[in-house]
Amino acid sequence: MQGTPKNVAAVAIFFLVIAAPHLINLVYAKAWTRPSEDTPRIRALAEKECLESEGWMRRHHMDLLLAWRDAALRDTDRVYQNGRGERYDVSLMRTCLNCHSNRAEFCDRCHAFAAVEPDCWQCHYAPEQVAKEGWR
Amino acid sequence: MSLDRRGFLKLAGFIGLAAGTACARRLAGPGSRYTTADGALEAKRWAMVIDMRRFTTAGDTQRVIDACHKAHNVPRIDDVRHEVKWIWTDTFDHVFPDQTHAHLPKALQERPFLLLCNQCDNPPCTRVCPTDATYRLADGIVAQDYHRCIGCRFCMAGCPYGARSFNWVNPRPYVGEVNPEFPTRSIGVVEKCNFCVDRLERGEVVRCAEVSAGGIVVGDLNDPESEVSRLLERHYTLTRKPQLGARPNVFYIVDDNVTGGEEEYVG
Ligand code: SF4
Ligand code: SF4
Repeated sequence: MQGTPKNVAAVAIFFLVIAAPHLINLVYAKAWTRPSEDTPRIRALAEKECLESEGWMRRHHMDLLLAWRDAALRDTDRVYQNGRGERYDVSLMRTCLNCHSNRAEFCDRCHAFAAVEPDCWQCHYAPEQVAKEGWR
Repeated sequence: MSLDRRGFLKLAGFIGLAAGTACARRLAGPGSRYTTADGALEAKRWAMVIDMRRFTTAGDTQRVIDACHKAHNVPRIDDVRHEVKWIWTDTFDHVFPDQTHAHLPKALQERPFLLLCNQCDNPPCTRVCPTDATYRLADGIVAQDYHRCIGCRFCMAGCPYGARSFNWVNPRPYVGEVNPEFPTRSIGVVEKCNFCVDRLERGEVVRCAEVSAGGIVVGDLNDPESEVSRLLERHYTLTRKPQLGARPNVFYIVDDNVTGGEEEYVG
């Protein structure tokens, strides 16, 4: 029979379950906070520019890292020259992490918010990890 | 406009080429591009000569092994079931099983021979890799992309020289002093000597050769003037298991007078 209390309850429970992640997030989710760029190297920069613009890096950094991997390992291209003519070593550890030496406040902060767990750190390591905790 | 058959094929070819080039381009920011590094050390065909006359003690070989393993964060795991090695030693009869006999000089039998990946011309390891995680570069270096390795260990079965090690455990706790410019590997991937491709492409010399006091020479087999070519021209050299057809590019000079005594000919 239509519209009996039992059916209504079932539908309500169904939607509750489906909506549960959003409802939980409404209460518990922390707001996105800007990744910190406060590191000694970045502080020392006259112009606080990454190798590409901030917007481009935010959208494409993960794809750029994959392209870097293939450029270095497959094509033996170890230099990335940007539109401003600056040349960078194609290396996560020698280039990116050299400035962004604050994995927890830069990488992890956003990745945690976006609920992604990149496996970079199984092999590449964060500089401060070695400095503080020793090699793990 | 009418297009004859020849014209059509030409046009189609150009369009195909342009599309292919556009697709093959690696992601880069606006106006950005990839190039090789200035001062990169290049060769048509990399090869190595190991002059065993200069490796007479375990200390000579250990210095080389330590330098390589430190530069590449190779873990030191004492349990032989889990051990990982890029360069190591063994005895003559194990290294050249088909070129040995019972009456070799004792000093030669006791000498530690340095072993590493041979950067084969016809490498079985790359042929059996199902994910193209290991592959031969144009300059002959057999490279390995750990990101793509699925740990199937086919390459280990394919390599006739035992040059590859599997990470049975997380290697990180076993890395001693860390080189902060090089990654480690993770549990479940295979690793081996990379002929210092990361160093050569940045213009740095091969690490084991650098600390070998002239015992290891690296160079271009295609260049008749290179030091490896000249050494190969002057000396009788051995490669490992040549009958298998992998065509190794690591050559060994074995001295003809191990004890250094006076030659005595009675004639
Ligand atoms: S020595 Fe083994 S790992 Fe190295 S290229 Fe030859 S077959 Fe491959
Ligand atoms: S060539 Fe480089 S990676 Fe290979 S054994 Fe020598 S130092 Fe190690």
